[in-house]
Amino acid sequence: MRRPRRDGSSHSLWWVLPSLLFIAASVANPTGSPVQAGEIRESAQEFVLANGMKVLLAEVPKAPVATIQIWYRVGSRHEVMGRAGLSHMLEHMMFKGTTTHPKGTFSRTIRKNGGNDNAFTSQDFTAYFEILAADRVELALELEADRMRHVIFDEQEFQLEREVVKEERRLRTEDDPQSYLVESLFAQAFMVHPYHWPVIGWFQDLNAMTLEDLKRHYDRYYVPNNATLVIVGDIKASALLPVIKRLFEPIPKGPTPPQPTVVEPDQLGERRIIVKREAQVPFLMVGYRVPNYRNNDSYALTILESILSQGKSSRLYQRLVYDQKLALAVGASYSLLQADPELFYSYVVVKPGQKIEAVEQALYRELERLQTDLVTAQELQRAKNQVEADYVFGLDSNFRQAMLLGQSETVGAGWRHVGQFLKRMRDVTAEDVRRVARQYFLEDKRTVGILVPIQRTD
Amino acid sequence: MAGLSGLLGLTETQAAELQPVRFVEPNGLTLLVLEQHALPILQLHALVKVGSAQDPPEKAGLANLVASLLDEGTTTRSATQIAGQIDFVGGNLAIKTEEDFTSASVRVLAKDTDLGFDLLADVLLRPAFAEAEVERIRTLILGEILSQKDEPGMVAGKAFNQLVFDGHPYRWPVNGTEDTVPGITPEEIRQFHAREYLPNQTILAIVGDITIKEARSLVAKHFGAWERGSALPRSVSRATPIEKPVTKFIEKDLTQATIMLGHLGISRTNPDYYAVSVMNYILGAGGFSSRLMESIRDKQGLAYGVMSSFEANLMPGAFAVSLQTRNETANQALAAVLSELKGIRETPVSDQELADAKAYLIGSFPLRLDTTQKLAQVLSLVEFFGLGLDYFTHYPRWIEQVTKDQVFRVAQQYLHPDRYALVLVGNLEKANVDQKTP
Repeated sequence: MRRPRRDGSSHSLWWVLPSLLFIAASVANPTGSPVQAGEIRESAQEFVLANGMKVLLAEVPKAPVATIQIWYRVGSRHEVMGRAGLSHMLEHMMFKGTTTHPKGTFSRTIRKNGGNDNAFTSQDFTAYFEILAADRVELALELEADRMRHVIFDEQEFQLEREVVKEERRLRTEDDPQSYLVESLFAQAFMVHPYHWPVIGWFQDLNAMTLEDLKRHYDRYYVPNNATLVIVGDIKASALLPVIKRLFEPIPKGPTPPQPTVVEPDQLGERRIIVKREAQVPFLMVGYRVPNYRNNDSYALTILESILSQGKSSRLYQRLVYDQKLALAVGASYSLLQADPELFYSYVVVKPGQKIEAVEQALYRELERLQTDLVTAQELQRAKNQVEADYVFGLDSNFRQAMLLGQSETVGAGWRHVGQFLKRMRDVTAEDVRRVARQYFLEDKRTVGILVPIQRTD
Repeated sequence: MAGLSGLLGLTETQAAELQPVRFVEPNGLTLLVLEQHALPILQLHALVKVGSAQDPPEKAGLANLVASLLDEGTTTRSATQIAGQIDFVGGNLAIKTEEDFTSASVRVLAKDTDLGFDLLADVLLRPAFAEAEVERIRTLILGEILSQKDEPGMVAGKAFNQLVFDGHPYRWPVNGTEDTVPGITPEEIRQFHAREYLPNQTILAIVGDITIKEARSLVAKHFGAWERGSALPRSVSRATPIEKPVTKFIEKDLTQATIMLGHLGISRTNPDYYAVSVMNYILGAGGFSSRLMESIRDKQGLAYGVMSSFEANLMPGAFAVSLQTRNETANQALAAVLSELKGIRETPVSDQELADAKAYLIGSFPLRLDTTQKLAQVLSLVEFFGLGLDYFTHYPRWIEQVTKDQVFRVAQQYLHPDRYALVLVGNLEKANVDQKTP
């Protein structure tokens, strides 16, 4: 069963963005000796270039490969009404070539060196990556440095790429009933804040976009002082740093890019959105506005999410799927690594024959139970063990480590937040979980989305 | 690109240095162990040689239903206890059935090694198949089958297999159909498990922070009592190739047409596998460098993605080109697909294309082996297909040896732009594709 999520969009179909939930950790292990769960070492090395670009390097010698990611602090959060999807459209244009590396040569060069490359755009960031044999890192760096400032904006290429992006929107959203509902729900939950619109943009905005819009966006946000370069793999920081400086330091620093300061006003009462379209099974989603990493409650919310939805022993699965047999699938989603406060949401794929209203009430009963009773010591420990084990499993993948470093840094938490996160997680108590459930899971603060299947009339 | 030229050429990788060891236990269980001590992680990956290809046609979905029930209660643990134990240590237990085999994998921290072995053995050897759990899981699978009707790619894929594998075991979806799943009895489930889940039909790959000695002793402890049985002979057959274009168009109120075009392909053990890999990379598996992508996405802006694939299974699987384009441009996209299929059969690929494809396939090989999870899975497949444990050394050589003539020959031999199955899911009026001779 698919897990409906509000994903970022990416350049290629075959690249699936790994979960942005906080499940991996960023701290690499420099010595190659075993890391014990719970033992946190700070081994990423941080450098700031003269032009303000941040560089995070983690030496992981366990396989002769490396992941390179360059993160720009620009996403749909930095867009304005009428131009939703501009950041993602720009991501696509970044593959259209530069004066020195014409169209098509970027990916071709990476591939013939045995590597993969792609990019992804989210609400808060746009990131580009290459995965390569460790002795080819310089090649990727040269190409990334080149396209930070030298992309060619050609009108005809833009017209073609706009059609590609529209196909992407049809594929991901228009023809997928659950994604369509997720998009509608966010548009209800956020009325003022740019989280209102989808990363991929609306058709009307895509049609209205101009090459000038893209150039302006590029000039404003694609500057070294708005970027973080992350490299995780079989590298030596001391050897790589001079290379990075040679390639990136000549790029001049730009004016500090503007950051949105919009604060979503308080929600005064439940909001409800119904989508009626051809579908096989009803789908229910309930979102509550919650704080991000800046608020200490984010740790208890993360534990709460795990208790509610991680694994078949989680509460939602045990109650709604196993015991009451109301659902085909259930889940919850919360990420504290958002630049601005976003949503904690739960969803249910309703079992055929069950009433949506009954399922909705069953879901609320589970949330209420978290407000009235303390979670058990066993549940609390399980959630903490899950977070810690995921941290260690995450160390097995260079890509996941780089993701977490890059995302933590780009949303403003700072990459060192990871270590703090693991410590703070262990301190969460059953009382904390009950307190945040009481504080945030309020009827007047929720947005409910329901997909009502209709049958074709023909 | 002058500055980059010094970097080109083949990467010498550590892939060749991977040295798994292989044992066959007294009960016939094949064991593959690869020590990886960088992290305190253990990955167990059991591959049982039974998949949906062994389902009787009127019981399609049987192998998948059996597998789905393995962790829903054993003679020693309830479904809730199994979930509770693996979740409590933050581990993962995943079971999946495919056409040729079923895999059950466990990932735990090294400190939970014994529990990992215990749970894996319990679910493989002692599933209870309690009636209530059978009915519960059956209902969930039927719900899944229903939900898949909302996924155009799934709808197209199922229809495509019906055309390409007419009369062949690969014809039916792994999870069965609405007609077959309700009719599977608990007795058939129990018999299927007793007959097919045998140690001498199972490969167990163990990768991670464990020594070979520990691994063997834990296998003896947890799997030693598993009794060898007589494995049923497997009939390997090839589906009857399609003689002329056949089509299946499915009306759905969507903005895009989902298109699949293809026919019977090759098996994994076909000696041409490596030449086909190179050819298919150039045609449609090479990401943004592929010919299909360049034509359909880059030059014409018709699709977000388009790709071609050969499902090289135990028996010849499908070759398929798949894409989504708005209904109105379906004909244009189809013409481009057929044109590329014809093109690669009519003119040899360029030296540059050949060199680039080989460089990617060889150079990216270590990327396919860079986590314990990927390693355990690949090891079990290497054993399943009988590729030999020196596969990691040989793969780059086999790719390197592929010639331009071979690529040309396999394009002509394995691509058939004149006799294919075509499936289209979308708004048929807007797509307006000729059902007879598109």
